[in-house]
Amino acid sequence: MSMLAIIDYGVGNLFSLASSLKSLGVAHEIATRPEQLRSAGRIILPGVGAFADAANKLAESGMREALLEEARGGKPLLGICLGMQLLFDRSFEYGEHEGLGLIPGEVCPLAPDLPAGLKVPHIGWNRLEILRDDPLFRDFRSGEHVYYVHSYYARNCARHTLAVSDYGVPVTGVVRRGNVYGAQFHPEKSGDAGLRLLNAFASI
Amino acid sequence: MITKRIIPCLDVRDGQVVKGVKFQGVRAIADPVEMAKFYNETGADELVFYDITASFEGRRLFTDVLRAVASQVFIPLTVGGGINALEDFDRVLKCGADKVSVNSGAIRDPSLIARAAKRYGDQCVVLSMDIRRVDGRFRLFAKGGREDTGIDALEWARRGVESGAGELVVNSIDTDGVRGGFDLELLDAVAARCKVPIIASGGAGRREDFAELFRHEGMDAGLAAGIFHSKQLQIPELKAYLRAQGVEVRL
Repeated sequence: MSMLAIIDYGVGNLFSLASSLKSLGVAHEIATRPEQLRSAGRIILPGVGAFADAANKLAESGMREALLEEARGGKPLLGICLGMQLLFDRSFEYGEHEGLGLIPGEVCPLAPDLPAGLKVPHIGWNRLEILRDDPLFRDFRSGEHVYYVHSYYARNCARHTLAVSDYGVPVTGVVRRGNVYGAQFHPEKSGDAGLRLLNAFASI
Repeated sequence: MITKRIIPCLDVRDGQVVKGVKFQGVRAIADPVEMAKFYNETGADELVFYDITASFEGRRLFTDVLRAVASQVFIPLTVGGGINALEDFDRVLKCGADKVSVNSGAIRDPSLIARAAKRYGDQCVVLSMDIRRVDGRFRLFAKGGREDTGIDALEWARRGVESGAGELVVNSIDTDGVRGGFDLELLDAVAARCKVPIIASGGAGRREDFAELFRHEGMDAGLAAGIFHSKQLQIPELKAYLRAQGVEVRL
C-alpha cells in the first residue's frame, strides 16, 4: 500500500492520529515538505485551533499549493475537524477568511443557529447518520457514535454532505466532493468506529 | 443528540493507579495502561488521568504512561495534576492528551486559563475545582482538597469560564468517596452560572446516582473512580440502565 501523508503545518499535535494509523497497520509519514505530498498515495489534513491561524500556517509552510495540486489531480484527501473546515470556500470565524475552495460551502458559528439550552462548543459523542452511502462507510453503521469538539460548522454544502449529526440543527459530519473528503469529528478519537472509518479511507 | 458521558478517573502515582477516600489513605491498585484498555473496551466515553506525584522521577513515569495509553486507546484523554504553566500543557499534549485540566495551578496564577485558552483553544482547557461547604458557602480548596483558599467557588467557576475554560470538573469534597450520590445542590448552583459542559465528580455509588445526575439540567458527564476500579459498577451495565431510563448514551 502506498504511503499516507499526514500534513504537519504546526497546528495541533499529531500523536493520536499517527498512533491510530499505526495500530491499523497503515503505512504513514508526517509530511513537512511539499515533495512528501507529491509522493504520497493519499493525504490527511488535520487541524485544531482557529481557522485564520491555520490557513496562514498552511500557506507559510509551503504546503498549500502542493496540497491543492494533489487534490485537484485526484489524490484521496481527508480533512479532519479544522482540516475539514479549511476545504471550504470561506469561514466566518472572527471575520471572513478564505479557505482552500475544494468543496463549495462556508464555515459558520454554531451558536446563533442552536436552540436555547445547547452549549458551545459541541463537545462529546453524537450519532453519525448516513445520508448517502459511500465506500468510506464500508465498515460503519449509520447511527454509530463519533466524537466532536468544535464551535463552527459547515453550511450551504448539502450537495456534498454524506452524513450529519443532530445537535438541535443538522451538523455537517462528513462531506465529499470526488476524491476530497472531510470529517468534522475526530475519527482518531472515536474509538473502534473511528478506526474503521480511517481504515476505509486508507483503502479508498 | 449528544450523549451523556461516563468518565473513569485514574489517579496515577509512580506509574500506578491509586484511589483515595476523601483524599486520604491512597493505595495502589493497577496498571494504568491495562485499565485504560479495559475501560475503552467496556464503553468509557473518555478517560481522565491525574498525576498525583510531585517528584521529577514520578513526572517522567507519568508521561511514559500517558504516551503508552495514547498509542493504544483512541478515545479522548484529559490530563491533570501538576499543571502550573504553559510548558506543562505542552508536555502532556505532546504525549497524547486532548484536554488539560488545571486546578491549583490556576489558583496560584489565574492568568494561566486565559493564556492556555488563547494558545490551545477553549476546548483544550478544563478547569477542575475541589469544593467544600464552609459556613454554608461553597468554598474553593487547593492542594488536592487540603487547603481552604477562602475563594467563593461559584464566583471562581464563573470567572474561569469567562477566561476561556471550555469545561468544568466540579468535585465535591463533601461527597467524595462516600458513594451516597453526587452533590446535586453544588452542581445545580454551578450550572446556573456557567454555560460550558459540566463534569460531575465525587459521590457516585450506584447506577441510580448517575440517572439522578442526568435528570438535572446542564449536566454533561459523570466522573468516578473507586466504583469503576473495584468493578462494583461496570460501565456496560450502567449505560444499559441509563438508556432504559431514557438517558442518551453511547452503547
